[in-house]
Amino acid sequence: MSKPKLAIIPGANCAGCDYSLLDLGEKIIDVLIATEIAYWPTAADLKLEDLEKLPDGSIDIVLFEGAVNNDETEEMAKLARKKAKNLIAFGACACFGGIPGLANVASRDSILQKAYIKSLSTVNQQGIVPYKITKVDGGELTVPELLETVKSLDQVVKVDYYLPGCPPPLKLTADALVAALSGKLPPKGTVFGSMKSVCDDCKRIRENKRITEIKRYHQIVPDAEKCLLEQGIVCMGPATRGGCDAICPTVNIPCRGCMGPTSESRDQGARMLSALSSVIGLEGEAGVSDEDVRKLVLQIKDPLGTFYRYTLPKSIMRRVWGVRE
Amino acid sequence: MVEGEEIRIGVYVCHCGVNIAAVVDVKKVAEELSKVPNVVVAKDYQFMCSQPGQNIIVEDIKEHKLNRVVVAACSPRMHEPTFQRAVERGGLNPYLFEMANIREHCSWVHEKEKSAATEKAIKIVKAAVAKARLLKPLKVEKVKVIPRALVIGGGIAGIRASLDIANAGFEVHLVETRPSIGGNMARLDKTFPTLDCSQCILTPLMVEASRHPNITLHTYTDVVSIDGSVGNFKVKLLKKPRYVNEAKCTGCGVCVTKCPWTVPSEFDLGLGKRKAIYFEFPQAVPLIPVIDPEHCMYFQKGTCRACEKFCPPKAINFDQKPEEIELEVGAIILATGYGLYDVAKNMPEYGYRKYKDVITGLELERLVSATGPTKGHILRPSDGKEPKKVAIILCVGSRDEKHLRFCCRFGCVAGLKHAYYIVSHIPDAEVYICYRDIRTFGKGYEEFYERIRSYENVKFIRGSPMEILQDADGSLYFDVFDANTNRVVTLRPDLIVLETGIVPHPTFKEVAKVLKCSVGPDGFALELHPKLRPTETSVDGVFLAGAVQGPKDIPDTVAQAGAAASSAIALMSRGYVETIPYVSSINEDLCSGCGICQPLCAFDAISLVKKEDGKQVAKVDISKCKGCGVCVAACPSGAAQQLGFDDEQISAMVRTLTG
Repeated sequence: MSKPKLAIIPGANCAGCDYSLLDLGEKIIDVLIATEIAYWPTAADLKLEDLEKLPDGSIDIVLFEGAVNNDETEEMAKLARKKAKNLIAFGACACFGGIPGLANVASRDSILQKAYIKSLSTVNQQGIVPYKITKVDGGELTVPELLETVKSLDQVVKVDYYLPGCPPPLKLTADALVAALSGKLPPKGTVFGSMKSVCDDCKRIRENKRITEIKRYHQIVPDAEKCLLEQGIVCMGPATRGGCDAICPTVNIPCRGCMGPTSESRDQGARMLSALSSVIGLEGEAGVSDEDVRKLVLQIKDPLGTFYRYTLPKSIMRRVWGVRE
Repeated sequence: MVEGEEIRIGVYVCHCGVNIAAVVDVKKVAEELSKVPNVVVAKDYQFMCSQPGQNIIVEDIKEHKLNRVVVAACSPRMHEPTFQRAVERGGLNPYLFEMANIREHCSWVHEKEKSAATEKAIKIVKAAVAKARLLKPLKVEKVKVIPRALVIGGGIAGIRASLDIANAGFEVHLVETRPSIGGNMARLDKTFPTLDCSQCILTPLMVEASRHPNITLHTYTDVVSIDGSVGNFKVKLLKKPRYVNEAKCTGCGVCVTKCPWTVPSEFDLGLGKRKAIYFEFPQAVPLIPVIDPEHCMYFQKGTCRACEKFCPPKAINFDQKPEEIELEVGAIILATGYGLYDVAKNMPEYGYRKYKDVITGLELERLVSATGPTKGHILRPSDGKEPKKVAIILCVGSRDEKHLRFCCRFGCVAGLKHAYYIVSHIPDAEVYICYRDIRTFGKGYEEFYERIRSYENVKFIRGSPMEILQDADGSLYFDVFDANTNRVVTLRPDLIVLETGIVPHPTFKEVAKVLKCSVGPDGFALELHPKLRPTETSVDGVFLAGAVQGPKDIPDTVAQAGAAASSAIALMSRGYVETIPYVSSINEDLCSGCGICQPLCAFDAISLVKKEDGKQVAKVDISKCKGCGVCVAACPSGAAQQLGFDDEQISAMVRTLTG
C-alpha cells in the first residue's frame, strides 16, 4: 500500500506555520517516513505543475497556510481544495484571515497608494504602483493582483478542519497529523483546540475582574501571579479558544487571541469588547460621568488591532467603504 | 416533548378588536404563516386573550398534536402569562410558547402604512416561529419561605412594620444599632399638624414592640452580613457589648447617677450631657444602660468602677464581649430612616457649628422637649438666655442643585411647628420664617399653615438668606432679599433655626452593600416601581419602610411601614416562592472560569468555584438569578446562556428578520 500523501500549500503567509513544524524536532522524520510529500515549496523541491498533475482528491492531508489576499493565493486555495481529501486550514491566517486580514480596514487602492506613494520612507519618483499588468519597455510585466477583501480559507473554499494559532501549537499539530495518518480524524468541521478559553489553562489567580484603568504592556511590570486582565492589561484570553496551554500569559505576555473565538462564539472581538466594557470602571459607578468613561475607553490603544488582530475577515462586522479612506 | 420529535407549531393571529386588524391584514398574516415549515395550523381570531380564544389553543394542541404555540398579539407584558396558562391547559410545558408583538411593535406605530405594516407583521411572526422551533421546556421550582421576618431599623417605621407582622402571627426580629428603639421620632417634642406629644404616641408602641411575644428586639446590634435569597435569607448580627447584664439589670439608674464622668449626649445632638454609663433617653426601650468604653474611666485608666460598686442587682459586667447572632428569615424590611445633611461641612455660609446660636430644627426639638437639655425651656446655647427674635430658615440644602436636589417633604411644616414652639413658649418673641415656597400638601397641613400665618408675631420672608455673619458684639445678622416686597431685609436674630435637608441614614450605605439592593442617585433605596411597587426593592423579599426610600413625614412613613409589612406577610403566608425559569445557565464544559461575569451580577447569584481537577468555573444560584442577562451578554466564551433566550434562538430570530 502506498504511503498517505501530505501537502503543505502556502497562501498569504509568513511561513511561520512552516517553521513551527520544525519544532517537531526529530519526530518530523517520523512524519516524513510515514508520508509521501506531494507538495511543500518551503522544504521539498517540487513544482506547482507536479501538484497540478496529481489526480483530484488524491492528497490525503493538505495543510493550507496563510490567508487569501490576491488572485494567486485564491488560485492556490482552489487548487488545494481540488487535490485534497482532507483540507486543513493551518494557522490563524487560514482559519480567520489573520494579520493580513487587518488590511480589510482599508480599500485595495488606498493600501497600494500608502505602500508605494504616500509612506514617508518611500522613494518612488516615477510613481509606479504594481498593478496586475504594468507596461514597461519591451513588453508587459504581470504580478498577482490584490483582492479587494482579504479572506479566510473557508470564505473561498470548503474547509474540513481548522488548526488555529499563530503559529499552531505543536501539540495540536501533532494531534491532527497523528489523527489524519491513523485515519481517526474527528467529524468534519472540527477545530483542533479546547472547548474552553485560554483562561482554563492559565495558572494566574483570578479574584476580582473590576478594572478601573487600562494599562499598556510597557507601562507596568505585571505581577507574575495575578490575572493580567485584572491588572489592567487587555488580555484576550477569556474570549480566545484554549489549547495552547496559555503559553503567552505563562511568560507574562497577554494573550493576543491567535486561537480565534471559542466554540460557542461567533465573533471574538465583539465578545471581548462586550466582556471588557462590562467590567471596566465598576468602582463607584454612580459618580462616573460620560467624560470619565470616554477617557477610560480611550486608554485602549488600537482597539481594532487589539480585539480583531487575527479575526477581522471572519467578524460579523460589515465593511463600510469610504469612511476612513 | 420527546427528543427528535417532529416540531408542530400552531400560530394564532389576534385582531385585538380593531387595534391590530384595522391596520394589519390579519387574514393574510395567518395565510402566509401557514406556508412556513413546521407550522401545522395558522388562524386569526378577534380576541385571542378571551376565554373562547384561549380555548382554540387548548383544543388545537390536542387535535393537531401541536408541541409549540405562537400567538401574534400585543406586548407579552400583559398576556404572555395568560397564553402560557392556556398552553399548559392544553398539556404542554408553558414555556413552549412564544409571543409575537404585532400591536405595539407594528399596528400602533404604522397606522398609515397598512400594506407595509402587514409585511412587517408577517416578518415578526415568522421570527417568533423561528424561535419557537428551538424552544425547550423550562422548569419552575418552588422554594419554601421561612415564616420569620427581619426588620432593620427601630424607628417608627421599623416598630410599626414589626408590630403589623407580629400581629399577623409571624415571628419578627427587630434590629437597632442604637441602645434603644425609637429613632428620630423619639427626639421630637410634638408632631405636626395636630401637635400631639411625640413621645406620648410613640412610647406605647415601643413598649408594645418590646413585650410582643412574636417580636425579638436586638438593640445596640449591627447587621454584619446577609446571604441567601427570598424566603431563605441567612443573617449575621453583631450585638455590641453594653457591659451590663441585661437579665439582671432592673433599669433603676443608680449606676447612671453614680457615674462621675460626663460627655455630650448623642441623643440630644450634643446640646446636653450624658454620663459614661447612660440611658439613650429616659423612656428608652429596653430600659438598660450602656457603658461607653471610650469615655469610661475604668476602660481608659483601669480605675473608678463606681457603677459596679453601686449597682443593686450586680448587673455590671466589664468583661462582656460582642456577641454574634445568626438568624434565618424569609423576608426583610429595611427601615433605616434618615440622617441630616451635613450643613457644617457643605454649607459653611450658614455658620452652623461655627456660631453656637445657629441650630438645626431637630436640635430645637431637643431644646423644647421636657426631657431635653434645658428641661423644655427654649434657651439659646451661647449664653442660656431666652431668645426674643428667632429666624427659621427653610430649605437649607434641599431643592438646591449644588446640594440636595429633592424636597425634604417635612421641612416647611416642621418650620411652622417650630415657629409655634417659639411663640407658645416665649409669647413676646418675634419669629421670621425665610422660605422659598411653602409646601403644605398633607392632610391638615394647609390649615396649620393658615393658623401660624395668622400669628402677628410670625413674619414670612420669601427669600433665602445670604451669609450669616457675626458682629463685633457677638450678635448674628444676615441679609435676605424678600421677593414679596422687593427689598433687602437685614435680620439680627438671637437664635437661628435651620430646617436642614435630609439624607439616608449613614448606616444605610453599609446595609445596601450587604444586601446588594439598588440605590438611587439621591442615595436613598430605590423602589422597584415608583408608583406601583413602592415598597419592593430589586432584591426579592426585601421591602422598604419609611425614609430609607426617600424623605417622608410620619404619616407617610407609618403608611409605608404597613404596606411593607403586608408585603412581607403575603410572602410568608403563601409559604413558597417560585423560581424564574428564564435564568442564566453556565455550561461547565465551556466555562473556563475567567471571572468576567461574577462582579457584574447585581443579585450576587454567581460564584466562582474550584472543581475537583482544580479548574475554576462560574456557578449560578438559580434561586437568586433574576434572568437579567447581564452575565450572558458579558460572557466572552459563550458558556453563559439565558434559558428561553439562548444565542441559537435569538440568532434564528435575527436571521429571519434580516434575511
